[in-house]
Amino acid sequence: MRYDAIIVGGGHNGLVCAAYLAKAGRKVLVLERRHVLGGAAVSEQVFPGFTFSVASYVVSLFRPHIIRELELARHGYEIIPMDCSFLPLPDGDSLARWGDSNRSRREIQRFSRKDAEVYPEFSRIMTLMGRFIKEIIDRPAPDITSMKPKELMNLFRMGKAFKDLGPDLLQMNVKLMTMSAVDFLDLWFESDVLKAPMSVSGIIGTYQGVRSPGTAYVLLHHYMGELDGAFRSWGFSKGGTGGVSMACARAAMSYGAEIRREASVAKLKIKNGAATGVVLENGDEIDSKIVVSNLDPRKTYFELAGKEHLEDAVVKQINRYKFRGSSGKVNLALDRIPEFKCRPGDGDHIRGDIAIAPGIDYLERAYDEAKYGAFSRRPYINVVIPSLTDPTLAPPGKHVMSCFVQYAPYHLKEGAENWPAQREAFGDTVVETLAEYIPGLKDIILHRQVLSPWDIEQKFGLTEGNIFQGELSLEQLLFQRPIAGYAKYRTPVKNLWMCGSGTHPGGGIMGSGGELSAKTILRERAI
Amino acid sequence: MIDLCESMNWKEWAGYHAVSSYKVLHDSEYHAFRNSTGLLDVTPLFKYHVRGKDAAAFLSQIMVKDIRKLKVGRVSYLCWCTDEGKVVDDGTVMRRGEEEFFVTSADPCFSWFSRFLKGYLVTLEDISDQFAGLALQGPTSRDILKQICDADLDGLVFFATTKTRIEGFEVWISRTGYTGDLGYELWVDNSNALKLWDTAMAAGKNYGLRPAGLNALDVCRVEAGLILKNVDYYNALHVLIDARKSSPFEISLGWTVNLDREPFNGQVALRREIKTGSRWAIVGLDIDWPEIEALYARHHLPPEVGSLAWRMSIPLYTDDSRIRQIGYATSGTWSPILKKNIALATIETGFHEEGTKVHIEKTVEHHRFSVTATVHKPQFYDPERKRSMPGGKAI
Repeated sequence: MRYDAIIVGGGHNGLVCAAYLAKAGRKVLVLERRHVLGGAAVSEQVFPGFTFSVASYVVSLFRPHIIRELELARHGYEIIPMDCSFLPLPDGDSLARWGDSNRSRREIQRFSRKDAEVYPEFSRIMTLMGRFIKEIIDRPAPDITSMKPKELMNLFRMGKAFKDLGPDLLQMNVKLMTMSAVDFLDLWFESDVLKAPMSVSGIIGTYQGVRSPGTAYVLLHHYMGELDGAFRSWGFSKGGTGGVSMACARAAMSYGAEIRREASVAKLKIKNGAATGVVLENGDEIDSKIVVSNLDPRKTYFELAGKEHLEDAVVKQINRYKFRGSSGKVNLALDRIPEFKCRPGDGDHIRGDIAIAPGIDYLERAYDEAKYGAFSRRPYINVVIPSLTDPTLAPPGKHVMSCFVQYAPYHLKEGAENWPAQREAFGDTVVETLAEYIPGLKDIILHRQVLSPWDIEQKFGLTEGNIFQGELSLEQLLFQRPIAGYAKYRTPVKNLWMCGSGTHPGGGIMGSGGELSAKTILRERAI
Repeated sequence: MIDLCESMNWKEWAGYHAVSSYKVLHDSEYHAFRNSTGLLDVTPLFKYHVRGKDAAAFLSQIMVKDIRKLKVGRVSYLCWCTDEGKVVDDGTVMRRGEEEFFVTSADPCFSWFSRFLKGYLVTLEDISDQFAGLALQGPTSRDILKQICDADLDGLVFFATTKTRIEGFEVWISRTGYTGDLGYELWVDNSNALKLWDTAMAAGKNYGLRPAGLNALDVCRVEAGLILKNVDYYNALHVLIDARKSSPFEISLGWTVNLDREPFNGQVALRREIKTGSRWAIVGLDIDWPEIEALYARHHLPPEVGSLAWRMSIPLYTDDSRIRQIGYATSGTWSPILKKNIALATIETGFHEEGTKVHIEKTVEHHRFSVTATVHKPQFYDPERKRSMPGGKAI
């Protein structure tokens, strides 16, 4: 039997791609190496009774039109919004930013009256610029080298969206593209306490610091979130982020796609330079008209296709494509609600995201250590306790605490393979850091799961543990993601396509790679 | 409750001040109803005891449903009509014993019920001011209740009721509610109401319980297609013009009517309406979101998603020319769980079939347009857990 398309990898993008292709009447097979679907958007019961969003842990950017077109709500897609961004400080003070803007203003003005007033202005500007970005992320990247009328039209449309921003915003946009997150925030704010937690949005998943140029752009991602148009644009997926993937999988199956787990693909079948199917680890061969890879660019080009099928120039480009994973994850099962020294007791302040980012210098120092191949002794930590809003995740009264930790560079001074030896020390550092804010934390930890970037690579197949399948830096975006000339989901190997975060528009649980690749495949009548 | 209501957002409900939302934004209360549990004070409902040898016969005469068939320990949702077959109110009847019933209503109905007492061996007692009601609604509500009472909750089916004791005092539990989700309503003597609230709050601590107000409830009830008096229809006794009166068939409550039995209030008129057909129907509307987005895009604006449910009359037309009006939407909301823009509407029969496309007026940036809406049954959200039993059997 021959499939129209085989999707290699059942991450959320692979599943979205499968759903769109199957909905269009194509015969689709998804092959997932692991026993669970979702890739990095996965929920797993790591300890009995405790369900973790093991890797990716919050949702904001998932495109609303995909939810609609694939009827994901009907298939169980459900997001519970977060109402608060909480920043505990070592001196016992703290800052909480709320969905209620007046409440946020009162919080911020304790640190700066000026910043409190400017805060909504900043949001306004970012929202306006987010409109321009939306124009970009909801379409395949234009090909700037092509003179085809269609490509020129695409470029023109992008140019028009750019121009429509008006002179002031245009200028601002240029600043955003070139400045560091901190420099950009300095244009508005004076308080370190406010700027520090805002600036980290610019460095998530990158091997850069908050003062590194180019990091400002990623700030914008925080203003593109569209959870029902609500201001609090980040939320928890019901049942963990695997819930998003499962909804995509159910949608795909409802349209007739077939999904196989524990089916590890060894290699592409290539005949006369064109993909004709895949070979599984167990030796089985499955034929298809096209293969769509949900894997990252290096795995797709080098492992699935193989260097021997690529030109030297392409091999060089993929070699240069930057992964440099810089973050780890510590998942804790807790015996009860953790209490912060600065705001003791239960409350809505711990129901959103909690940032350990007490100052710009703290963050930059954390990066300093990483630059020379060590994990930060006092890292930036983004904590969420989703079981407070979604009781299905833990037994009554107990909780799951997810900690995203940066920096944990993949390339340790001693080499990446040294991570297993340093893993627990890294976990200890995270717990020690948190314990400075949550004094009783150590006593209530029931279980601990530590994922270094090396573990992330092993477990999820993400090269060098990069959570976005390659850094979201400007030179690796748009028509250069993953490499120039192959930014439209095609690869140099005929009938091999890509759909993951390593394609335009990049990482985060968006579904865009899956959607745009499928739509491109259908439009170009590849199957 | 006053301390908990941080937002000071109250509204009038049957002469009481009821909490609209405890927080400035009610979202967390809505998500509690759908993901953990919300605790809502429903004391302002009107409550009646109907007791005596003829209680079932009496209720069967005033209600559209044959109450004699209602088993002990079961609850019925229904409405009651005038002789013209027009709805006075809707509510629930709970059969607590062979000769003992508990009735709830949205409007005071003591006088209306009293008019029909003659000839029945029955006592009607208005206990509205003596009994309080607490709604415990959401997926973890059963787990919470299990912490505080030993009623057989695993055996309590949807629309059943049972008596239990909590902290030593008597509480009637009914598996009913206005959220369209798994949930219970607890009925208790006023003297124990505060104790019940505190007990529930304490027990719910580990189950994501939070106090919830009427704003969150309003979103839920539109999703569940549950109509509201004075919003989606009017009490026939209170309106000035006939056009505002509705029959049960016209407000999606036709299923509650048992027509072929001994005489009851409105029977003759309802029989006639069955023959001649109804003029109106209440339906759900799924309002096209991309069309709304396009209207906002004309103004370079993202679409506005109000987080509150709305209650106003919005005209419905056959098409975009907006010449022929065929009805009006009465309430609606953005449904966070369905990701849909939905409404409840009164529409001319003939346009009420599921799948019919109509046009609904939409004002964007002070300008009026219309967008497509697809007719749906009023109930948009109906999770399995609402009816399911822990052992897996459902009714």
